[in-house]
Amino acid sequence: MVGIIGYGTQIPRYRIKVEEIAKVWGADAEAIRKGLNLNEKSVPAPDEDCATLAVNAARNALKMAAIDPGLIGAVYVGSESHPYAVKPTGTIVSEALGICPNVHTADLEFACKAGTEGMFIALQLVKAEAVKCALAIGSDTSQGAPGDALEYSAAAGAAAYVMGSENVIAELMATDCYMTDTPDFWRREHAHYPEHGGRFTGEPAYKKHVEGAVAAILERTQLKPNDFDYLVFHQPNGKFPVQVAKRLGFREDQYRHGLVTPTLGNTYSGSSPMGLAATLDQAKPGQSILMVSYGSGAGSDAFIFKTTERLPQVRSQRPEVRKQLDEHLFYLEYGSYAKFRRKILKPE
Amino acid sequence: MRDVAIIGIGMTRFGELWDASLRDLAVEAAVECFKDAGTDRYDSITIGCMSSGLFTGQEHLASLISDYLGNKGNPATRVESACASGGMAVRTAFMEVASGMSDYVLALGVEKMTDVGIGAATYALATASDQDQEAFHGITFPGLYAMLARAHMDRFGTTREQLAQVAVKNHFNGSMNPHAQFPTKIDLETVMNSTMIADPLRLLDCSPITDGAAAVLITTAEEARKFKNKPVVTIRGVGSGTDTIALHHRKNMLELGAVQKAIHRALDMAGITIKDIDLAEVHDCFTIAELLVMEEMGIVKRGESGAAVMSGLTALDGDFPINPSGGLKSKGHPVGASGVAQIYEAVTQLRGDAGKRQIAKARWALTQNMGGSGGSSVCHALQSNN
Repeated sequence: MVGIIGYGTQIPRYRIKVEEIAKVWGADAEAIRKGLNLNEKSVPAPDEDCATLAVNAARNALKMAAIDPGLIGAVYVGSESHPYAVKPTGTIVSEALGICPNVHTADLEFACKAGTEGMFIALQLVKAEAVKCALAIGSDTSQGAPGDALEYSAAAGAAAYVMGSENVIAELMATDCYMTDTPDFWRREHAHYPEHGGRFTGEPAYKKHVEGAVAAILERTQLKPNDFDYLVFHQPNGKFPVQVAKRLGFREDQYRHGLVTPTLGNTYSGSSPMGLAATLDQAKPGQSILMVSYGSGAGSDAFIFKTTERLPQVRSQRPEVRKQLDEHLFYLEYGSYAKFRRKILKPE
Repeated sequence: MRDVAIIGIGMTRFGELWDASLRDLAVEAAVECFKDAGTDRYDSITIGCMSSGLFTGQEHLASLISDYLGNKGNPATRVESACASGGMAVRTAFMEVASGMSDYVLALGVEKMTDVGIGAATYALATASDQDQEAFHGITFPGLYAMLARAHMDRFGTTREQLAQVAVKNHFNGSMNPHAQFPTKIDLETVMNSTMIADPLRLLDCSPITDGAAAVLITTAEEARKFKNKPVVTIRGVGSGTDTIALHHRKNMLELGAVQKAIHRALDMAGITIKDIDLAEVHDCFTIAELLVMEEMGIVKRGESGAAVMSGLTALDGDFPINPSGGLKSKGHPVGASGVAQIYEAVTQLRGDAGKRQIAKARWALTQNMGGSGGSSVCHALQSNN
C-alpha cells in the first residue's frame, strides 16, 4: 500500500481583510467579497518565507509520520516564491529537518501546481521502491501587484506530505494529469510581480484544465462524482472551485471542508494541498477524496486517496488546519502589510 | 443613384471568444452572410474596424480579410470612425452599389478586443476622444458619459432609476437573442447596486468589452429580386454627421448634433418621418446614451426620455421599441462590428425572423451608430418590401 503517512501545514498568523485593501485602492470591497468569495488572506511575517513555512509544515507532517527523518530519500519543494533565483530551497529545508545528506532534492515551479507536482513525484518514487519515504511540500509567500485583483487573494502558507508504504493514513488509488500550453499567468525574469490575462484565467485556463483532469481520472477509474466523500480543487479564490464543482455535479458537502480560500486566500503551491489537509482533518476511515490542483501555464494533477483506520489515530499529533486558520490572529492595516510585503521602497 | 438592398446577413456570437482570432471572426460572419444570401458573390469589401492595431497589433485589414475570404483579388477598404466604423462601412458599401461602381459589396464589421487586458483596452477606446484635450488628461469614456449623465440629471431631474431601466429593458430583450454576450435578465436593484464605475454610472450602465463580427451583403434592389428565398429589405435612407470631437467644445453638451443630423438626413432621404419607424437599434454604449439618442430622434421632448423609458414607450411591446436585439448593453459591443450588427437586427426584424423578440408588422427600421461621445454618427433607414 502506497500513500500519505503524515501531513502538516503552516499558516502565518497575520491577516488582512479585503475591505482594508479595497479602501486603499478605492475598490468595491463588497463586490470583491461576493464576486470572488474572499474575506481575508494570510500575510507572512517579515521573518517568514517559502523556506521557513516549508520547514514548519514538514515538521508537523513528520510528527504525524513519526519516522526517522533519515528514512526520507527524496525532498521536493514546490513554490513560485523560492527565496533564491539560483540556489535551492530544498537544501535549506532538508538540512533543517535533519534529512541530509543522502537525499535527492529538487525545487519545482509550475505556478500554483508545483506543490502537487512534488506529491506526484514523491508517490511514484515510493511506488517504484526507489526510496522508502519521500517528502513533498507546497509552500508560497505569493505576490500580487499593488492594486491588482490578485492582491486580494495572494497569500502565504505551506502544506507538507510524507509519502511511504508503511503506516499509511491515506492510500493512493489513482492519479492523472491534464496539460496544455496556455499562458494565463506568468512572471518574466527580473519582473517584480506576476502578470495575468484577466478574465482569460477563468474558462479557458482554470476551468478547462480542472475539468479536463477530473474527466481523465473519472474515465480511468470509471467513478462518478457521487462516488466520492470529499472533493478538493485548487482555490485561487472562493468562486472558481465552487463553480466548477457545481458544473460537474458535485455537492456542497463534498467540497465544503476543503474550501479554505475565503479566509486564507490563495497559497499558490500550498493551495490544494492545504485543502486536502483540511479535508483529512475531517475524514473518517475508508472515505475517498478526489483532489485536483491547477497551475497556470497550464495544467492540473488529479489524485484519488482513500483514508485508512490509522488517520484518526495519528492526526492529533500536529495542529489542525482550522486551528492555524482561525486562532491567534493579528489583523494588519495596509501600511503594516505593505511594510511586511516589502512594498515600500526605502534606502538600503 | 440605384436602389440598394440587403440580401444576406451573418453574425458571430458576441462575447469573450478566446478561441477565435480577428480573422476567424471576420470569416465566420462573412460565411454566415453568404449562406444566408445563397450566393458568395462579392465584387468588393468594406470593413469597419476601430482599432485592430491597438487591440491585436494588426493593421491592413483590406488585405488580411480579403485573403482569408479566398484571396479573389477584389478591392477591399477599411473604414474607421471609432465605434461608428461598422455603420460607416455599410454606408460606404451602399454608396459603392448605388453609384454603379460595384454590384455586390460585402460590408463587414469586426473587433477582437480581448487579446489585451483592461488597461490596454481602455486606452485603445480612449483614442476615440480628443487625444490632446481629453484622453491625455486622464478621462476615459465612462467618465465622459458620466458627465453627460450628471448634466442630464441636474438639468432635467433624470433619476438613477430611469438610467437603470434602460439596462433592464435591453437585457430583457437580449435574453431572447442567441447572439448576445449577456443574455441575462436583470432588475433595477441589481443595476443600481452594481460596482460604481464613474459616478453616476455603474457597471451595469456600461456596455461590455466584446469580440465579434457581423456582415451584410449589399446589391441593387433589382438584383435582389432574383433571390426568392428571403423577403427583400432595402436601404432607403443613409445619413451621417459629425460634431466636435471634444465634449467641452459643444455649445450644449446634452445635444448630440452629429446624431440629430444623421437621423434627419437618413429619414429625409427615405422620405419618411420618425413616426413611420416601427423599431430602432440605437447606440446604447452607456444607458445615458440611449436617453440622449431618444431625444435627438424627437420621439420625446428634451428631458423627457427618462420618464418615457419608465413608461414603457421603448419596450418591445411599446409604441416605439428601441434595441429589440438587446443593444450594445446586453448583446455586447465589439466596437467596429456594432454598427453592422444593428443592421443585422433590423433586417432580421423586417424579415419577421426575430422569434420571441419579433416586433409585429415591422415595416421600417432605423439604425443609429455613434463614434466617441457623439463626434460622429451614421444612421440607416431600412424598409421591408414584402
